[in-house]
Amino acid sequence: MSEITPEIVAEHGINEEEYALVLEIMGREPNLLELGIFSVMWSEHCSYKSSKKWLKTLPTEGPQVIMGPGENAGVIDIGDGNAAIFKMESHNHPSFIEPYQGAATGVGGILRDVFTMGARPIANVNALRFGEPDHPKTRHLVSGVVAGVGGYGNCVGVPTVAGEVEFDPSYNGNILVNAMTVGLAKADRIFTAQASGVGNPVVYVGSKTGRDGIHGATMASAEFDDASDEKRPTVQVGDPFTEKLLIEACLELMQTDAIVAIQDMGAAGLTSSSFEMASSGDMGVELNLDQVPQREEGMTPYEMMLSESQERMLIILKPGKEDLARSIMEKWDLDFAVIGTLTDSKRMVLKFHGDTVGDLPIKPLAHHSPEYDRPWVSTPDSKDVLASDINEATDTTDALKTLISSANMSSRRWVWEQYDHMVMGDTIQRPGGDAGVVRVHGTNRALAVTSDCTPRYCKANPVRGGAQAVAETYRNITAVGATPLAITDNMNFGNPERPEIMGQFVGCIEGMRDACLALDYPVVSGNVSLYNETNGKGILPTPVIGGVGLLKDSTKTATVAFESEGESLVLIGSSIGHVGMSIYLDVIEGRREGNAPIVDLAAERKNGDFVRSQIEGGFVKSCHDLSDGGLAAAVADMAIASNMGAEVIKPAEVETPTTAWLFGEDQGRYLISIGDAESLLEAAEEAGVSAVVVGRTGGNDLTLPGGSTISVAELRTCNEAWMPNYMAG
Amino acid sequence: MKARIHVTLKNGVLDPQGKAIEHTLGSLGFDGVNEARQGKFIELDIAETDEAKARETVTAMCEKLLANTVIENYSIDLEQ
Repeated sequence: MSEITPEIVAEHGINEEEYALVLEIMGREPNLLELGIFSVMWSEHCSYKSSKKWLKTLPTEGPQVIMGPGENAGVIDIGDGNAAIFKMESHNHPSFIEPYQGAATGVGGILRDVFTMGARPIANVNALRFGEPDHPKTRHLVSGVVAGVGGYGNCVGVPTVAGEVEFDPSYNGNILVNAMTVGLAKADRIFTAQASGVGNPVVYVGSKTGRDGIHGATMASAEFDDASDEKRPTVQVGDPFTEKLLIEACLELMQTDAIVAIQDMGAAGLTSSSFEMASSGDMGVELNLDQVPQREEGMTPYEMMLSESQERMLIILKPGKEDLARSIMEKWDLDFAVIGTLTDSKRMVLKFHGDTVGDLPIKPLAHHSPEYDRPWVSTPDSKDVLASDINEATDTTDALKTLISSANMSSRRWVWEQYDHMVMGDTIQRPGGDAGVVRVHGTNRALAVTSDCTPRYCKANPVRGGAQAVAETYRNITAVGATPLAITDNMNFGNPERPEIMGQFVGCIEGMRDACLALDYPVVSGNVSLYNETNGKGILPTPVIGGVGLLKDSTKTATVAFESEGESLVLIGSSIGHVGMSIYLDVIEGRREGNAPIVDLAAERKNGDFVRSQIEGGFVKSCHDLSDGGLAAAVADMAIASNMGAEVIKPAEVETPTTAWLFGEDQGRYLISIGDAESLLEAAEEAGVSAVVVGRTGGNDLTLPGGSTISVAELRTCNEAWMPNYMAG
Repeated sequence: MKARIHVTLKNGVLDPQGKAIEHTLGSLGFDGVNEARQGKFIELDIAETDEAKARETVTAMCEKLLANTVIENYSIDLEQ
């Protein structure tokens, strides 16, 4: 009687075709343990089976790239012999089920991806997306996720310096929690997961293994239905204090010459870490599961191999280094166990109580995972909304007030004040500006980090939306004066088995590719989260981009605050008043219509290079990129940040209707406040960049063309009230 | 009526606080503690006098607020 019934195979998320491949690879029927291993290794989460074909088309190389995708995180050169190591990863499904622990372990997981490569984590970023504010679950989820991100990040002592929070009904049943970590390492001391050396010991360090989140990796690739509330598997619980010990212990061990390869145990725990290490070194592994440190009694091999207990690492040591490693781990109060050895069999052999309980070939499992070329259809073009199609606002200032008090435009101060953004003492720019800026400790250099995506653009036009997400990070990094170096991507989409969803994915990748190429801004790491659907309704396509840039001189930077009274406001980049899919159209007219704005990548680059050169030259100290809400929203941000008023004046030659000119979301634009506007305009003309004076700073009030006057104090109140009021409700 | 509610982590859920207690007891010289699990105790004074109705109400309170039923169990003791 076979142990493996078709029901068991189906429960493991393996379809008939895939099971046929399992039988072919094994040459026999797998046992339950082996089937479990196939199931997690071939889950969408670990195998990228629907996305691989398209991810391969993204540019991943450049002189700044030390290691691109394929390792735990991407590595870029930031000069002075230093490297920045970073990646973004989703923890969407666990956060929906248990928001605090889901978000906390998301942060913990991405931290491990970065320090496993030898980097000390120096900054965290979080891109969060929730359902509509009125949905009964939303408040609870926001409160839990924000507390979880803060709880873990604050305890482990890494500042959270940037991020996003957005609300949309499409996330009602599938929230997005995308966590990014940036770490700092010596460029010649990068650790990888490539195993080598027959007979070398395989070592387990960190926390003990319990029955946490078994099949979490499979769960992350399955759609929710209403019954999933009931069949909740054990949730992983994070322990940031152990993570802190693990960081220090690993970094200390890395100072010695003991490590051959190191890999964190993330999704699919011991299985994916051991397979990935063995497969990248083309080695075999024999594990003795009796040696695995266990938190609970009576754990089976199946549970040990599939557990997602947190704060664990797998290390291949050089021979004879066991005692050294053990003494370091014990000093930091962490478990240490030699659980196996490397072999040349190219097979994974699992022993338990003296028996061989699993025996699988490594390469076919890790590399011959199914790869799908899923059918897809392009998203049809949307009819655009023209500047002349919208009603002129009766009072543009009132419209601005409504806009900046709305759920998606209001200040996120309530959120980021719960995050420790100053710990480590190197934060130069806090959240609330264009990008977080952290000093490279002990040097005059700094890294600028940001995350961006405009899902409503991606829905209307995936190609433009994909390009826009990349371009917006480029702009945010440029606006603080830094040079954008590389990105990580977190692709959150619905069910890829539906051609229109797959089409969104393909379109976004195309747009991202164009932008990366045009901006010399490669992808060095990333993560894909598919099946973000509930009852057949997918989320908005959400390719979140995390960007990292370098400030060579951290004193030559700009902030969003005006410097002083009587300065000119200069708008860089050209404006046609694109209102399709704008926040204005959505909030003020209640229409989510039209096409996403065009992203002119040549202009994006030219404008960016110009703005950066002006900041690097020390001429510009106050700069803000234009995005949601256009010029009017940018002026409001700057006025609030500096507690100083401004008057916006529409130049006589501008023919765009005033409302579209103020609130349109044309891309590639920046607003600069500067004393000597003449020199800036001359330099812009020389560089072939569009620049025009659109007002001046001063006073306590903001005045818009076609609008009344509002005090900056009132603007701030409107902007900052929504989030705390909502959470108190 | 008094309702006494114990909220504890479900079996198998990692308990960092319990781990810290266990570790600290050991370092204070209290040997022989194999494991420590901690939880919380809540006492409510409620107006309801009918035991069945009281249990129903307190159960609803546990499900909605007092316990995180994804990772926690609860037990209710009632006393007139």
